[in-house]
Amino acid sequence: MVAKGPGDAPVVLEMQGITKRFPGVLANDHVDFDVRSGEVHTLFGENGAGKSTLMSILYGLHRADEGVTLLDGEPVTIGSPAEAIRLGIGMIHQHFMLVPTLTVAENVSLGLASTRGPLKDTRRVSQRIEELSSAYGIRVNPAAAVWQLSVGERQRVEIIKALYREARLLILDEPTAVLTPGEVDDLFRVLAQMRSDGRSMVFISHKLREVLALSDRITVLRAGRNVGTVLPAEVSEERLAELMVGRHIGAERPSPQGPSPAGEALLRVRDLVVRGDRGADTVTGVSLDVRAGEIVGIAGVSGNGQRELAEAIACLRSPSRGTIRVGGVDLAGRNAAGARRAGLGFVPEERMRDGVIGDFSVSENLMLVDAAKAAFSRWGFLRGRSIRSYCAERVSTFDVRTPGLETPTRNLSGGNIQKLILARELSGNPKVLLVAQPTRGIDVAATRYIHERLREQARKGIAVLVVSEDLDEVINLADRILVMYEGRIIGEAGARTTTREALGLMLAGVAAAPAGAAAGSSAG
Amino acid sequence: MSHFFTYAILTATIASGIQYTAPFLLAALGETLGQRSGVLNLGVDGIMLLGAFSTYYVAYRTGDLGLALVAGLATGAVLGLLTAFMSVTLNAEQGISGIGVYILALGLTDLLFVKLVGTPTPIKPLMGLDIGLLDRIPAVGRMFFHQNALIYVAFLLVPVLGFVLYRTTYGTKVLACGENPAAADSLGINVHRIRYSAVIAGSTMAGLAGATLLINYGIFQENLTQSAGFIAVALVYFGAWKPGGVMAGSLLYGIVTAVIFQWKSLGIIPVSDADLAATAPAVITVLALLSVGRRFRQPSALAKPYVRGA
Repeated sequence: MVAKGPGDAPVVLEMQGITKRFPGVLANDHVDFDVRSGEVHTLFGENGAGKSTLMSILYGLHRADEGVTLLDGEPVTIGSPAEAIRLGIGMIHQHFMLVPTLTVAENVSLGLASTRGPLKDTRRVSQRIEELSSAYGIRVNPAAAVWQLSVGERQRVEIIKALYREARLLILDEPTAVLTPGEVDDLFRVLAQMRSDGRSMVFISHKLREVLALSDRITVLRAGRNVGTVLPAEVSEERLAELMVGRHIGAERPSPQGPSPAGEALLRVRDLVVRGDRGADTVTGVSLDVRAGEIVGIAGVSGNGQRELAEAIACLRSPSRGTIRVGGVDLAGRNAAGARRAGLGFVPEERMRDGVIGDFSVSENLMLVDAAKAAFSRWGFLRGRSIRSYCAERVSTFDVRTPGLETPTRNLSGGNIQKLILARELSGNPKVLLVAQPTRGIDVAATRYIHERLREQARKGIAVLVVSEDLDEVINLADRILVMYEGRIIGEAGARTTTREALGLMLAGVAAAPAGAAAGSSAG
Repeated sequence: MSHFFTYAILTATIASGIQYTAPFLLAALGETLGQRSGVLNLGVDGIMLLGAFSTYYVAYRTGDLGLALVAGLATGAVLGLLTAFMSVTLNAEQGISGIGVYILALGLTDLLFVKLVGTPTPIKPLMGLDIGLLDRIPAVGRMFFHQNALIYVAFLLVPVLGFVLYRTTYGTKVLACGENPAAADSLGINVHRIRYSAVIAGSTMAGLAGATLLINYGIFQENLTQSAGFIAVALVYFGAWKPGGVMAGSLLYGIVTAVIFQWKSLGIIPVSDADLAATAPAVITVLALLSVGRRFRQPSALAKPYVRGA
């Protein structure tokens, strides 16, 4: 990394005593926050700690109930993103703010005045984009339609958008969440260059390692309050995690690398070909086994066929070729209920969309699969008492923190919803548990809990298949790691015998050399 | 039966097909603009009805067709404001609020006609306008270049709308609001203002569609449009939200209508089957819609009200 910015640079932004209440929630509680010129100041905290609310206030998406914002010492009221942009504030949202059907140039110039009056000035815009992209080493093609771009390329467009608007204070809301390690390095290089230009950045992340590598200062928010500002040189990862959750949680111990479990292969996938939403094959010949007692992790950058693979195994998408067997039963022609009967538990990637019904209560969601079973209904009528006692047991066993069984599920935090889904999926004593993105967007404490539950299931002899875009998660959790790239498994590694760097290369499509050596292998 | 397809009959059929096409085309282009901004306006038929009635009433009272057209356009604009207020400001369920506008207009035009006019009286027609020398081109001239001015306006609006959507900064904003309003908002675009403008402009075109229909008929009657506005909505899907595609669909519909009409008057279709035959344009459109329409994706934010931060 580049040398850190000077500690005595002028303060660009000062937010003082910011308070924001939402119905029933105090999102920001008298938060003070400032950013100096040419500094990367990280906002660190769990989900719901108030980071995004604070930045939404700065960007004019929300209005603070109390507190003042000063830019260069002058008090400002920012009532809309338009005003924020005018004041030189840019924001890169976690969910990209791009219009997929428009071109890069159209997205970049959207909302700005044109030199040709009402007509678009595509040529001039493209020219300026080329200038910026060569100045910062950000490769983008102004004429490409955004829907054709990869996630990493889309983020580059977002950065160009901010540079094009001459943002001098840039807010980056979890910019690395969807990137490969290589892309993260590229991003950090661009950010370092922007910092040396004197631009300031607010970086939001909950990846400890990145935060320590990139930040000049780190401010930790917890439950809407500023619980301290620290320098990265002065804290360890553990101390930072502790500040974030407010208690000691210790470092996560990776799964012990025991002898490779010699159990029976409970999940067998052979030569699987699956078609994606756009009609092209996105899984192009995958074979894998998951044995009893084993956790297999599938790593890969979003959009390389993992989602379609998981959906095919869960019988939510029919494969065009190949076979899937769960405990020896062929899943061909089965629907999702059939896959369950064969012994599959499934935790989907989009938990709010596919995992639960948000408006249903906690107990209804726990019952969703088993409602017709004799224990819970008779002659088609639900048996309230046995349902309540069963759900109460599930909620306490899986530590689902909810005000009550009748609480609408959408009011729970992501971590608790995930625990609820896990509680439901494990209730049928599956042979195989398929978990997609187990902890995406989930805070550290719940992540630890969920990981521990998955290890426990493996110890009980279940075959666990984890699909995750989070490399650290896969390394921590899995016994074996399979890397998926463009619809194929292009490499396999033992979790304890590989390095992040070697895996990172594989994620980018560079096949691993057999011995696990990182460099020098041929491009895939 | 070859003599049924003489030269004269063929040109007359196509000429009247183009005339039939115009109101559908105007309404569908207006709907395209609104939908591209993310608003589904199912009240088009109602707007056409009220536009037709106000055009008729002003022409009937003053005899001034120019003034009558202004009335038709203004009616469309006012109803567009109402539609935008419900869909954009009140975040109404757009499928339902549009039907509300339709039912209101259906009843209101009938009531107003009985109260204000009473005896059906035709208005004077709008004369065919010959374009330079083009109308003297054999066949093609009679088919395409001897129409009234509104027909030319309708077809001229096809490239105009295309130009606005794809070549102007306003058009880019409209497309952005229809695809990802949150992105537009984050760049300082006033999503509500863009949607208001698109819906009002689109509804003004629907008002003009009503006026065109009225002038083609020369007289108002109850339910004059016979659901033409709903067909126009279907034509937007058929045309994949593109002005050229919408025009192709409208022409298909208009020409099939004209052919059926011609066959009926020539006795090719017996009177007993006339009602059945009258459904042909709709049936053909639906079939075409099923085969073509599914390949295209609608604007992602269509019919979804935009609420910041939701």
